Amino acid sequence: MLELATDPGVSSLMLSRIQFAANISFHILFPTINIALCWMLLFFKVRYATTGDDNWLRVYRFWVRIFALTFALGVVTGVTMSFQFGTNWPGFMETVGNIAGPLLGYEVLTAFFLEATFLPIMLFGIERVSDRMHTIATALVTLGTSTSAFWILSLDSWMQTPTGFEMRDGVAYVTDWWEVIFNPSLPYRLTHMLLASGLTAAFFVAGISAYRVYKGDPKHSAKLALKFAIITAAILAPLQILVGDFHGLNTLKYQPAKVAAMEGIWHTEKGAPLLLFAIPDAETQSNKYEIAIPNLASIILTHEVDGELQGISDFPDAAPPVAPIFFSFRIMVGTGVLMLLTAGFGCWYFVRKNQYPPWLLKATIAMTFSGWVATLAGWYVTEIGRQPFLVSGVLRTADAATQLPSGNIALSLAMYLSIYLLLLIAYISTLFVMAHRAIRLEANNLHVSDMQTDPANIQGGISEKSFNLEKQA
Amino acid sequence: MIFPEYDWLPLAFVSLMGLAFLIYAILDGYDLGVGVLLPRDNQAQRDSMIYSIGPFWDANETWLVMAIGLLLIAFPSAHSYILQGLYLPTAIMLAGLILRGVAFDFRTKAPSRFKQKWDLAFKLGSLLATLTQGYMLGRYVTGFEDTQAALAFAVLSAICVTAGYCFIGSAWLVMKTEGELQVRAARWARYSNVLMALGIVAVSISNLLLSDIIMDKWLGFPQVFVLLPTGLLLAFLFLLNHMYLKRVPLENDLGCWVPFASASIIFVLCFCGLAYNFFPYIVWQKITIWDAASSRESLWFIFVGAAVVLPVILAYTAFTYRVFRGKTRKLNY
Repeated sequence: MLELATDPGVSSLMLSRIQFAANISFHILFPTINIALCWMLLFFKVRYATTGDDNWLRVYRFWVRIFALTFALGVVTGVTMSFQFGTNWPGFMETVGNIAGPLLGYEVLTAFFLEATFLPIMLFGIERVSDRMHTIATALVTLGTSTSAFWILSLDSWMQTPTGFEMRDGVAYVTDWWEVIFNPSLPYRLTHMLLASGLTAAFFVAGISAYRVYKGDPKHSAKLALKFAIITAAILAPLQILVGDFHGLNTLKYQPAKVAAMEGIWHTEKGAPLLLFAIPDAETQSNKYEIAIPNLASIILTHEVDGELQGISDFPDAAPPVAPIFFSFRIMVGTGVLMLLTAGFGCWYFVRKNQYPPWLLKATIAMTFSGWVATLAGWYVTEIGRQPFLVSGVLRTADAATQLPSGNIALSLAMYLSIYLLLLIAYISTLFVMAHRAIRLEANNLHVSDMQTDPANIQGGISEKSFNLEKQA
Repeated sequence: MIFPEYDWLPLAFVSLMGLAFLIYAILDGYDLGVGVLLPRDNQAQRDSMIYSIGPFWDANETWLVMAIGLLLIAFPSAHSYILQGLYLPTAIMLAGLILRGVAFDFRTKAPSRFKQKWDLAFKLGSLLATLTQGYMLGRYVTGFEDTQAALAFAVLSAICVTAGYCFIGSAWLVMKTEGELQVRAARWARYSNVLMALGIVAVSISNLLLSDIIMDKWLGFPQVFVLLPTGLLLAFLFLLNHMYLKRVPLENDLGCWVPFASASIIFVLCFCGLAYNFFPYIVWQKITIWDAASSRESLWFIFVGAAVVLPVILAYTAFTYRVFRGKTRKLNY
């Protein structure tokens, strides 16, 4: 054991894994909001165009500024990702570069430039281009963010369920691009992720709008956004449960070891129970403190009371670690249940009865970042569930890692972590600063939504003066 | 084809990649230069400077992702080799780009008492990115040698690239701003023009001294007849810039685009010189373009896509520059 700990290869591998996990976890937070938020902005814009109701424009203006902030964070953390493959995972590109390269290349070509070029027109072009062109620009940014999701999920799904290639001298060569791109798990993973993005954005919008209502924002636009987000969540949450179920069945077919870890099944059994809670123990290959519903896991996964499910012990040397997957899966599902409940109550009170009871507003505020929790937990299930492979059955993670001295990686990891912590604090606090500003702005002047002034100053009724100052600057 | 191993596809990809790096250096070069030049003493000028690059920086930075992406797609083994050789500078550059990128938004959205701090983060982020990019270029050019001379060359390169980015950044400001700020930018441009000229001379001389092969590539017969006109053209551009910048502001803003255009030409010339030095290597004297190339099927698959999509990208990039043409105004939304 001591020998392992001092081996530079092993610690470089662990540090590289932590760094990659940190980078991609931090990155995914922002696209997860923005992929769906962009569709919502397009909806607000079109609603305003068709109804002429200023409230839709006010909703658009408030959220487009948050979209821009989120987008900036997504871009800079995404640039970091594009370097990680070369710096920390040389074996990845050397083995499957013929597949990963073009998929990433198409993401840059068809998505990154599109969103990066039309975003400024969407943001700053509103007074420079026609209204129609502005709507087109918004639609193109939306298309760009969703296309980006498509390509990256195609690559990730290929790493989970690789098809359409052959190995020659340890290097993967493509035999059929269609099979590579539309590999067996892509449809499920893509749909699951897009719905996750929808739910994340819905609770994000609902949470911050509920905060504005709770803090006494009298404007109709805050309630309008809250209702819109709650209805969206109420539609998407049940759909997500259905799609998640299909995704699970697909995983059972192609990656049974992952499902065994999710369900905490150590040894192959018939009529496996659904574990609500347990503490998996890798040493003894068993669970402690189980709370179980008999036969339910078999019923869900095989649609038979006595259906057989494979256990971890069936996959010697190729099984993922159980505990992180087991717990992440329960966190994801648990958050999903809370989402469903919040959306249900929200529909009843906010939408149907037009009432805003403080307890429900508080609950909605508490759910603001629930999408982040569920999405991250879900990604941990699927990515840790692929271990010990980087590409299922093709390339082991340990064989792809850099041989650089671990000191260098520790240094870069410490730097990334401190920047990410700073940015996360800055991001979340800025969201609430923006919400406070929006609460105190007058309802009838759309242009003031653009101001940056301390909330304290705005209260003094000097909006006219500071607006002029801003103009001069 | 006479030499089947000398396939044209890798050559096409190395040209595309080179073009992407060049476009990045020019476009994000001016963004980063403007960031480095942000003055500590004038909030209004800082605002205008950042407004001038606001609509463009994101797409400009995408060229870096594109260039690195092409390296990754077409030359995966070189990609790993280079990025591992540049591990720490890459991490620091990324930290710089992160700070610069988020500062754009935070400076106007976070509480205004933090605005100056985010402006400082903007400046420091830009400076970190320019210095490390120059340093990485220097390391790359010397093939990641660990000799003192090679490290000194990398430091020289860091200063040079920073001077070059400051020059193209201030040239951008001369084109996009007016009044006091334009005059101030012209002054910055004059200083950085001189610094960049000295830098190019120093880099050229030390590059020649560092390697006999390069010495022969440039000073051998008949290549030397290409070197002379190139040198003369560079000298002419420096003088032109110097003369023009001294006269800013000109009546009716005549030729405000001249410094930026000549800065771009200088960047193109330096880049071509570098590419000529390097050919046919992708890692100096270690890996050639053909050694590192991906499988032909993969290159072909992405080549077809690039041939269709790149013209579209260039077209809508031109469209954005048209929408935001003319002197900088406040960015409202």
